[in-house]
Amino acid sequence: MIEFHLDAHSGVAPYLQLIHQVRQALRLGVLSEGDQMPTVKDVVGRLAINPNTVLKAYRELEYEGLVAARPGIGTFVTRSLGDGSAAALRPLRQELRRWLTKARRTGLDDESIEALFVDTFRSSRQDDSEEDIA
Amino acid sequence: MTWLTWRQFRAQTLVTAAALAVLAIILVITGRQLSHTFDATVIGCRARGDCTAAINSFQNQDTQLQDLTKLLMYVVPAVIGIFWGAPLLARELETGTYLLAWTQGVTRGRWLAVKLVLTGVASVATAGLLTLMVTWWYSPLERVGAGRLTPGEFSQSGIVIIGYAAFAFSLGVAAGLLIRRTLPAMAVTLAIFVGVQLAMPFWIRPHLIAPLRTVSVVKAANSVANVGTGAGTGSRLLVGATTNMPGAWIYSQQVTTASGNTNLGPSPAQCGPNYGYNACQATIIRMHLRNVVVYQPASRYWAFQWYETAIYLAVALVLAGLCWWWVRRRVA
Amino acid sequence: MTAVLETCGLGKQYRRRWALSDCTLDIPSGRVVGLVGPNGAGKTTLLHLATGLLRPTTGTIRVLGDPPPATPAQLARVGFVAQDTPTYAGLSVADHLRLGAHLNRNWDARLASDRIERLGLDPAQRAGKLSGGQRAQLALTLAVAKKPELLILDEPVASLDPLARREFLQILMEAVADQQLSVVLSSHLVADLERVCDYLVVLVASKVQVAGDVDRLLATHHLLTGARRHPVTLPEGQQVISASHTDKQTTLIVRTDGPIHDPAWTVSAIGLEDLVLAYMSRNAPGPRPALEVQR
Repeated sequence: MIEFHLDAHSGVAPYLQLIHQVRQALRLGVLSEGDQMPTVKDVVGRLAINPNTVLKAYRELEYEGLVAARPGIGTFVTRSLGDGSAAALRPLRQELRRWLTKARRTGLDDESIEALFVDTFRSSRQDDSEEDIA
Repeated sequence: MTWLTWRQFRAQTLVTAAALAVLAIILVITGRQLSHTFDATVIGCRARGDCTAAINSFQNQDTQLQDLTKLLMYVVPAVIGIFWGAPLLARELETGTYLLAWTQGVTRGRWLAVKLVLTGVASVATAGLLTLMVTWWYSPLERVGAGRLTPGEFSQSGIVIIGYAAFAFSLGVAAGLLIRRTLPAMAVTLAIFVGVQLAMPFWIRPHLIAPLRTVSVVKAANSVANVGTGAGTGSRLLVGATTNMPGAWIYSQQVTTASGNTNLGPSPAQCGPNYGYNACQATIIRMHLRNVVVYQPASRYWAFQWYETAIYLAVALVLAGLCWWWVRRRVA
Repeated sequence: MTAVLETCGLGKQYRRRWALSDCTLDIPSGRVVGLVGPNGAGKTTLLHLATGLLRPTTGTIRVLGDPPPATPAQLARVGFVAQDTPTYAGLSVADHLRLGAHLNRNWDARLASDRIERLGLDPAQRAGKLSGGQRAQLALTLAVAKKPELLILDEPVASLDPLARREFLQILMEAVADQQLSVVLSSHLVADLERVCDYLVVLVASKVQVAGDVDRLLATHHLLTGARRHPVTLPEGQQVISASHTDKQTTLIVRTDGPIHDPAWTVSAIGLEDLVLAYMSRNAPGPRPALEVQR
């Protein structure tokens, strides 16, 4: 069973952190189809957070089709992430490695590389979402 | 709520029960002995001759225990007020446990009512048991005694102690409620209780029933004195007379002239230095002085007991009622 | 959803001082409500009014629909843990549970004893000998085992060490998840509340400054930074909560329902703690204290 943790200072909303952790677990194979998610009571008993937060996260996951709630029994994983299998990711991983090597050769240190990546990633997301609205 | 009251009061109950039990044992053993001694020495003393000596020696039995029982009768109501009454509310208010008690499932009114009734009844019962035991123990002495209407004896006998205990308890509860701190409440309870107990025999009890007044002729003076009036006008006569009223509570006793004048006039020559005792006595008898006594007869003992107990109980109930009303409507 | 706590113009006066004034709230059920404010702001007064320990001087208050505490039935629906979690020092843990059983009609004895066991408390130990955290847990157990609909806690974790604080909140949240409790909990530390509260009431100097769902509050409050501008004028519908100026820069915390279009400002989100601090440091009388954010 997955065990959640919360980073209170990350600036990311708690329910988003939970969703993120579930997705990670699915990707890495910690959670697979048919596994039971911890009950809301268990999660709040460990993390000391509002149950509504957990409910919100689980609802969102259910909306995305990743989990399904069976009343009286529990919440279960319905599919895994990773159409996303390791094979499909390999070319992306290789391309990324090549880019990193290039970036290092131009003399950028790790921090600058990370900053460049994050900035580009964010602004591309914004462009994407603006396109969506338009 | 009954359980909680008992549980909070458990220690006091056990200690009191133990103390009463010990006292009971002591009193039963010595009381039976006292009774035997009474039967042996006093009953039939007239047949044998002089009763006074027999009675005197009997009255000197167990004087320590007599003093102890008197002390208990004084002290127990005060102790009840201080240790049972004052902490009842003060402790809860002081420690904040009232915040726990008033947010359970019983209303404040019920909470206090149960506490008051159970602890109040315990107080009254304790006082009642105490007086029962002591009265039983004291009964032989009472038969040779001068009755117990006088202030010194009255409050340690009969049923008044029940009223005192109830009053002290309610007083303690009220003090605790108003002062909200246990130790100051205990001190205030003690102070007020003692004040009331001192005031009662002097200022209140004498007026409960109108006293009787009797006038008798002075047949023998038991003291004669000459008091100088200053200003060289000679000396004034003062006469003391015996009043033989066993068991009565005497408010005042005065020797007056036949016409009721408290000034007996100048001292007669026969009571001066040149004459003897008999001449003086004879002269005084011829003056037809009067002995005016204002008193309560011994037969009124129980009337006073009932009145006084009723007054104390009424005040106790009123105080308790006020506390209950206050807690329900106003506190915090 | 019915409101769990409704007040209208509620005020409480002690001799000269108003401990709480002009308090109007409408708190929906099913929330964990944080009541935050500095010491002496009136939090305890408001909570004591809600539990019926105090009577209002002005205004009205309704808890679960009735003015408190109308009847034993209402007493049964509201659980309370007072500041410093008072317990009877001479009574043992087991005695406290018996107290709960005798004084409450919906007492769940199994729940209470299970909890005591899980907490590792010795039933025979006197409450006076427990640590602060253990006493707080005992008081919480007593409040939760009576199966209330609303649980009110007055600064329950203020004097606890971090571990005890975390354990307390864990147990509290479990009870909320289990019993569908509504909770109102007060604190003068925002950090305690951030994890667990989804509704916030900020009380400063005996007045409610702002009240609303946390998500909504965070969405409608923004941090604006820009070139120094004094005095600050903003369009209608945008309310300045706090402003600070350096010689070059002005920083504002602004509350608005709509977007901010002025390109002169850099807009960023604000954390809950900063939001509360902004309200706590406002001392200008200015506009009327903010009422509840529209839902």
